[in-house]
Amino acid sequence: MGNLVEIKDVYFNRGERSIYEGVSLVIPRGKITGVLGPSGSGKTTLLRLIGAQLKAHRGEVLFGGQDMAKLGRSALYETRKRMSMLFQSGALFSEMSVFENVAFPLREHTKLPENIIQTIVKMKLESVGLRGAGGMAPSELSGGMARRAALARSIVLDPEMIMYDEPFAGQDPISMGMLVKLIDELNATLGLTSIVVSHDVKEVMSISDHLIVMANKKIVGEGTPQELRENGSELVQQFLTGAPDGPVPFHYQAKPYHADLLGAKP
Amino acid sequence: MSMFHLLGRNILNNIQGVGQATIMLAQALIGKPQPRKMLPLLIRQLYVVGVQSMLIIIISGLFIGMVLGLQGYTILVDFGAEQALGPMVALSLLRELGPVVTALLFAGRAGSALTAEIGLMRATEQLSSLEMMAVDPLRRVIAPRFWAGVISMPLLALMFNAVGIYGGFMVGVEWLGVDDGAFWSVMQSSVHWQDDVMNGVIKSLVFAVVVTWIALFKGYTATPTSPGISAATTQTVVYSSLAVLGLDFVLTAIMFG
Ligand SMILES: Nc1ncnc2c1ncn2[C@@H]1O[C@H](COP(=O)(O)OP(=O)(O)OP(=O)(O)O)[C@@H](O)[C@H]1O
Ligand SMILES: [Mg+2]
Repeated sequence: MGNLVEIKDVYFNRGERSIYEGVSLVIPRGKITGVLGPSGSGKTTLLRLIGAQLKAHRGEVLFGGQDMAKLGRSALYETRKRMSMLFQSGALFSEMSVFENVAFPLREHTKLPENIIQTIVKMKLESVGLRGAGGMAPSELSGGMARRAALARSIVLDPEMIMYDEPFAGQDPISMGMLVKLIDELNATLGLTSIVVSHDVKEVMSISDHLIVMANKKIVGEGTPQELRENGSELVQQFLTGAPDGPVPFHYQAKPYHADLLGAKP
Repeated sequence: MSMFHLLGRNILNNIQGVGQATIMLAQALIGKPQPRKMLPLLIRQLYVVGVQSMLIIIISGLFIGMVLGLQGYTILVDFGAEQALGPMVALSLLRELGPVVTALLFAGRAGSALTAEIGLMRATEQLSSLEMMAVDPLRRVIAPRFWAGVISMPLLALMFNAVGIYGGFMVGVEWLGVDDGAFWSVMQSSVHWQDDVMNGVIKSLVFAVVVTWIALFKGYTATPTSPGISAATTQTVVYSSLAVLGLDFVLTAIMFG
């Protein structure tokens, strides 16, 4: 079926610090792609590059064959209608109720009559277990509930591609199981393409058809879950098993510990 | 770094800021009008920005009018000219105090709130989320707030003037005993529609554009952290107050000079 997203040799900096040094990867169409990697390795950055909220300094980000960075303003907005993103923080609109938040993309981009909007929103809220919370304000939700409400909002338009940034964070085991099933079902029934960024290795491995492991400003592993399990790279193995010792540093780069504590000048 | 280096860098930053602010406003306002979508948003903002500022404007107007009545009377009575109290109160309010004080109060009440609200929307990724939903935050969030500010501030200034004149009347006529008929008739004959009322409204319109613009820009570009938003809010109040007072001099020189 080909690839919906192709990233070719991308370099990206935040100020002076480089985040990516030559990242290339593909997101196959109609499949679930899991993205794993240590905190701060640039997983959220990857999603923002695909949505063209950030621009690569070198290299190409292709969505459906189009270079996102080269699109004009209105073409970019047209292309964004085909994708949707669940933000790590949820990003619900604080001045609207949960129901209105979920209805927002429908009201904005479709001309559906009110009763159909009501039905769709209720169905989406039901699927994340929040039909009873439609009238609540986002500030009245717990962190996990807010994440699920945001999830309902990001799937309401049934776009071609959904990017989930940490959909399972802060969920109890029951909602977690439900969300895993939901993402899997959405993909299977609607044939859409999903990118799931998560630290929950077991859950991601269980639903992904394709996996990407990022670390040290590069892609260190890419392939099916089976291929990754058999991957010889220590980096990948450390991440999949969660071993504290290994090539992935737990610490953000710093001067030597003893030198720092003894107050030595850098 | 040398002082000149710092100064030069500062000036360049400021010029760059003005450029960015202009681009932001142009992108927010230029485009196909969508009245069906924009009208409800505008009405909501008119309520938040305008109606909710009414109380502070009315109370301040009343007190300032009363003070003008009192001060004016004690000065004028020495010259036996207390009939001139009416025009004195009315002209001070219409030409100067109405537009200026309204703008300063507006910057403190509505401007700071706009900055904080938009800064927080940026910090909680609501603006990014709009962008990813293919909804332009400039047109959706900035434009209705801008128009609401521009529409409501001149109306607030007119309210301020009306209440202020009434305050001057209460003190001058009801309390200190200036002749009722003289107060109103001398006021009527010396206040001119074009020179005084309309010029005041124009001033107010200019202040409205500047204050709302600064507030929105500061919020939109705020560093998305608590200290960042708090600094942006302070800057909104400081910059808009300075801009209002400076522009007031320029406008006064043009209109009445
Ligand atoms: N607004 C920003 N300004 C400067 N640097 C940033 C900014 N946002 C992120 N970074 C840096 O970019 C790097 C990648 O960030 P990113 O958010 O993509 O990480 P992540 O993989 O999503 O991490 P996590 O799993 O913790 O969410 C980090 O090292 C971070 O310090
Ligand atoms: Mg992240």
